[in-house]
Amino acid sequence: MRIPCPYCGERDVQEFVYRGDAAVSRPADDKGFYAYVYLRKNVAGVMREHWYHAQGCRNWIEVARDTTTHEIFSSVIAKQTAS
Amino acid sequence: MAQFSFLNLARNALSGHRNWQRTWRDAAPRDVYDVVIVGGGGHGLAAAYYLARVHGITNIAVVEKGWIGGGNAGRNTTIIRSNYGLDGNTSFYEWSMKLWEGLEQDLNYNTMVSQRGVLNLYHSDAQRDAFARRGNAMRLNGVDAELLDQAGVRRLAPFLNFDHARFPVMGGLLQERGGTARHDAVVWGYARGASDRGVDIIQNCEVTGILREPDGRVSGVETTRGTIRANKVGLSVAGSSSRLADMAGLQLPIESHVLQAFVSEALKPLIPGVITFGAGHFYISQSDKGGLVFGGDIDGYNSYASRGNLPVVEDVCEGGMAVMPMIGRLRMLRSWGGICDMSMDGSPIIDRTPLPGLYLNAGWCYGGFKATPAAGWCFAHLLATDRPHETATAYRLDRFETGHLIDEKGQGAQPNLH
Repeated sequence: MRIPCPYCGERDVQEFVYRGDAAVSRPADDKGFYAYVYLRKNVAGVMREHWYHAQGCRNWIEVARDTTTHEIFSSVIAKQTAS
Repeated sequence: MAQFSFLNLARNALSGHRNWQRTWRDAAPRDVYDVVIVGGGGHGLAAAYYLARVHGITNIAVVEKGWIGGGNAGRNTTIIRSNYGLDGNTSFYEWSMKLWEGLEQDLNYNTMVSQRGVLNLYHSDAQRDAFARRGNAMRLNGVDAELLDQAGVRRLAPFLNFDHARFPVMGGLLQERGGTARHDAVVWGYARGASDRGVDIIQNCEVTGILREPDGRVSGVETTRGTIRANKVGLSVAGSSSRLADMAGLQLPIESHVLQAFVSEALKPLIPGVITFGAGHFYISQSDKGGLVFGGDIDGYNSYASRGNLPVVEDVCEGGMAVMPMIGRLRMLRSWGGICDMSMDGSPIIDRTPLPGLYLNAGWCYGGFKATPAAGWCFAHLLATDRPHETATAYRLDRFETGHLIDEKGQGAQPNLH
């Protein structure tokens, strides 16, 4: 699998560290922390997920990837999508 | 169903083996059952078998989307062991090992249980201390464990790379009662035992929805072969647990990840038992056909694709070369991938769900095969009595919320690192 890094271009998956589902967001207070830490949608299909380009530009990126085929549709630098 | 025996074998040999009966009955779904178990793998079929044999509940359907044993039951590396160190795990896996030890007599089926030993190698003083601690925890719980020094390991496996400059083999923790079993035979043995007692095994029957009553109770499943109603529905579909739970509106503390496994061309007997490398993730054994069966880490990203990527192939082979360079000229015959329920603490879940009538056996990470008999036993106990079996009381779904995690690796809520 090759991950298209928006900064470096297409690179081998080995250069990246995986962080998982980008849809979970840290709650402001304790309520919701259990779901944030432990519960996952575990999407079968296209999922937005965080990868860290540790052996490249060291950007966190957000990749849209189909978990049933490993096909990748888009990738953007994560802080551009952060709200 | 005719019992397998020497006499029976001789009689059938005289008639050219043309009169053997079918091993189990391929059933069509009926409208209503007491219990529907989703998933015709080892765990689901074992649960059906023990429900029938131990609890006398025989009005059961096991529904399987493909063919029985075609999922993770057919994709594992067939290792059985009970060398766990944490409370909550030790007694459960030992119960599984005890069931393995009597399985062939119980099922009257040759599941080829072979207690050829599982040897975990250690490569540093610190790792020896950690293994000694785990071995002591096992022995305190009545599980066999023996800490070997380098000479002890040399006697068992003289071909290892003892003098590796970076990761010398200093010794190992041996569980002699561990070993391997024939995965397909386990599935078929349980299927035969369940089918004999009246359980309907329904193949090519994919669950597409979970039926709910107005009061929230689960009352059956929608399938590609029609609606099946039941008082109790048990999910035993590791790899796809989240997809099934989603049909009932539940989210689980699970991610699905792909684990690859490999087999080499066949060799004469070479490796005496199961050997695991302690300085990387690599484990190997030799099948009865002679192929070396080995594997390592999961790929590390969410996947339902049943196939992995090349960096892990390279990593596994590097691990193998580090610990036993003699395999360097061996050709790899096949590799494949299976989808694992990676739970948030690396341990499984056998529990009721918040929905009455829905029960869950999930989160087996990449260690479900060895657990097959006990997982079936404990899931059957839960389905029959609504209470967890005494060896599985720790495998609660709500432990992530209450903080009672069972994290053998001490890794935290990072499923791809367990």
